[in-house]
Amino acid sequence: MAFDQNSKRIFKLVGSRPPRPDGVEKVTGRALYGADMTAPGMLSGAILRSPHAHARIVSIDTSAAEALQGVKAVVTSADFGVPDDEFLRDVQDNCMARGKVLYHGHALGAVAATSAAVAKQALALIVVDYEILPHVTDVDAAMRPDAPVVQEGRSLENVGPGLSQNVTSYCEFGHGDLDAGFDQADLIISRSFKTAATHQGYIEPHACLASLSADGRGDLWCCTQGQFFVRTLCAGILGIEASQLRVTASEIGGGFGGKTTVFIEPVALTLARKSGRPVKIVMSREEVFKATGPTVSSSMDIKIGMTREGRITAAQAQLRYQGGAFPCGTVEMGAQAAFAAYDLAAVQTQGWNVLTNRPKEAAYRAPGAPMAIYAVESVVDELCQQLALDPLAVRLMNAAQKGTLSSYGPTFDDIGLRATLEAAQAHPHYSAPLRPNQGRGLSCGFWFNFGGNTCVSLNINTDGTVGITEGNPDIGGSRASISLMAAEELGIPYDKVRTIVADTSSLGYNDVTDGSRVTFSVGLATIEAARSAIKVMCGRAARIWGIEEDAVIWEDGCAKPAGPNAGAFPPMSLAEIAAVSANTGGPIAGHFEVNADGAGVSFGVHLADVEVDPETGATKVLRYTVFQDAGKAVHPDYVEGQMQGGAVQGIGWALNEEYIYGADGRLQNAGFLDYRTPVASDLPNIDTVILEIPNPGHPYGVRGVGETPIVPPLAALSNAVSRAIGVRLNELPMSPPKVLGAIMQRG
Amino acid sequence: MKTIQISTTVNGDALETLCAPDETLLDVLRNRLGLTGVKEGCGTGDCGACSVTLDGRLVCSCLVLGVEADGAHIGTVEGLADHDHLHPLQRHFIDGAALQCGICTPGILVAAKALLDRNPDPSESEIRYWLAGNLCRCTGYDKIIKAVQSAAAEMRSA
Repeated sequence: MAFDQNSKRIFKLVGSRPPRPDGVEKVTGRALYGADMTAPGMLSGAILRSPHAHARIVSIDTSAAEALQGVKAVVTSADFGVPDDEFLRDVQDNCMARGKVLYHGHALGAVAATSAAVAKQALALIVVDYEILPHVTDVDAAMRPDAPVVQEGRSLENVGPGLSQNVTSYCEFGHGDLDAGFDQADLIISRSFKTAATHQGYIEPHACLASLSADGRGDLWCCTQGQFFVRTLCAGILGIEASQLRVTASEIGGGFGGKTTVFIEPVALTLARKSGRPVKIVMSREEVFKATGPTVSSSMDIKIGMTREGRITAAQAQLRYQGGAFPCGTVEMGAQAAFAAYDLAAVQTQGWNVLTNRPKEAAYRAPGAPMAIYAVESVVDELCQQLALDPLAVRLMNAAQKGTLSSYGPTFDDIGLRATLEAAQAHPHYSAPLRPNQGRGLSCGFWFNFGGNTCVSLNINTDGTVGITEGNPDIGGSRASISLMAAEELGIPYDKVRTIVADTSSLGYNDVTDGSRVTFSVGLATIEAARSAIKVMCGRAARIWGIEEDAVIWEDGCAKPAGPNAGAFPPMSLAEIAAVSANTGGPIAGHFEVNADGAGVSFGVHLADVEVDPETGATKVLRYTVFQDAGKAVHPDYVEGQMQGGAVQGIGWALNEEYIYGADGRLQNAGFLDYRTPVASDLPNIDTVILEIPNPGHPYGVRGVGETPIVPPLAALSNAVSRAIGVRLNELPMSPPKVLGAIMQRG
Repeated sequence: MKTIQISTTVNGDALETLCAPDETLLDVLRNRLGLTGVKEGCGTGDCGACSVTLDGRLVCSCLVLGVEADGAHIGTVEGLADHDHLHPLQRHFIDGAALQCGICTPGILVAAKALLDRNPDPSESEIRYWLAGNLCRCTGYDKIIKAVQSAAAEMRSA
């Protein structure tokens, strides 16, 4: 779907900031989220979780739980089949352990009862005999040949010899002659880095309400980023046909990638099938931390060579990511993203995915990229410091641009990196003075962006309003953006359009809300659906006027006679055509279905000023500015919102957030008190500068914006803190004890 | 455990309900009175999504027992608007795009109203510290703080 090059259009609505259509429901408390739905005869479900990091399940005795008054069903892995498909089997085994529990918090049983209190009581009556096994939670330890093996036989052939079976896969990207490149360098720096696992931290815990009748028809209400994928997974696990399971996405209280899979949904359906009653499961916050999310933790080695003038001559990264107890492909994305911002003659990245006794990682905003780019941008900053070069000038000197062979293979089309860097360089933030104990850091960020399977229906109502049916849960204002694009294309006011997110029985398959794909891909499909409806409306007008269909054009929301007939008939508005549609051929609609490509990569640059308290090691963020290319900002408020929210998640990752495991392999901080996400008083305003370098792959030039903003804060803050205290830090989070330790060592 | 009957006033309406002695006010509001605008994010008083006022005092309803609401006046997000007339905070949250997913919004609105009831002209810093008990994971707080400031300004000039 090419960018409308010839139109050079002046947008009337796209780029404005109207109120979101779901605003009133959300400020009045009427919006219905996962836990807000009930059904007649509903039971309460609860899940039994492993107290151990790694253990064989010798036996489970559920008889006492089943005998408890009010208990209607108890399930274990024995109530599930064993899917042939390996991916589906992993999803199921993560929802309900089979044979072994693989991490602290791993589900191994569930009950449905007449109340939450009875369900909880019943869990305590399930007797499990565990044979405790040795465990491993650290990525480097898990790779050693003598490490406890989390799962046997999961290692792919491309993993080299001498490593534990926990290493499941290996990847490699790059081009050019590394040795020759490093030979040309005046300075080479090699550093090792570690980052902790962090959780997406959505405020809404996972929740669902499931019913499954004896005839095999089911309904599932749940908070998810993708109801169609939930249907695929649940139908596969339960052995029912997709058409028989209707999944409705509730309003979603945050996801950030963490609600792109299932945890409780197949369990609730299985309990519903066994009990013959609707079953609701709502996770506690502790369960969310123990058994969902988080992102990978990493261990990384980076080597970069630079000339005295600041040109990078060669760059190399080795990335080791642990993704918990099941195989993942996250390191591939880190390895591809690591050096994306640079135009390099010689570059190589290698990555290893590793199993540990931790919860299975889930996508988290630009999965795999923040840690790799943190490590790279830290070394680039240290090179700049040692060579006394301006870090922004060095980025500009090495910046990837149109025509650059990227470090991961493709050649870039129009990209906004250079414009973004120039905007940062010209911004007053970059030259503002700093005081003692203060430091300024910067970092580039990158995300691939994604298009994917998308399907939109657009119905013209007889009163001249428009209904749009799309299939992607709205995680940050997308219904407003979709409505704006439809109104723009049709030439009608924004408030004449209503966009709804459909259930799985009402629309064709849509990929999950991920990859920053919705405004790009659903937007593109909406524009094309509007164009198809316009074609129908022009045909109807032609019929009324008795002229040829191709002699009618659509302009300013009206059909107009064109060519030799120009001016022969008064224009007919959308409302006028819709009003008489019954007499001209029936209802008018537009559809568009696509597996969209051309998402257009996204770059951003962040500037961060911090002050470090030399007595406590605590870091205060003083000033923060985000620069990012949005292609075309459809609703700038929500583009800024993505930039600000992503930046603050990255700030939390950099300064505070981490999964802390004890020697016993148990998670020690499964709550918001001890897993500290940023609060309002931690932060300054997050300033934003939106650049618009049109994406050649979208009619309006739109690029996804949601993921890139979490990437730069890690290095921007690390570089700022390192410059403030005069010591380089190579580990995240930079919690006060670590920073204080570095200050004390410096002396 | 035997349930206990309580009489309470919620958003001005006199209500009677039963609740278990160990049941939280949050569960009573959500499960017995159908006020699902009150959200549960953590159940441990760390996120503020369940914020309500209890006799004018801002509390996390997950840390209050339902029986403590007996004879008390409770204020929730459902009581902010006057019929179809939104409270200025609600309007400024929509106009200023101060919500993304919206799950923290009810608690933040209740907390912000409690602030403005006490201090009609808070500084940015006072707003940030007052709302430090309300986690938002989507917005980075920027637009929330600005929406509270602009609502406060409008309410002062009204």
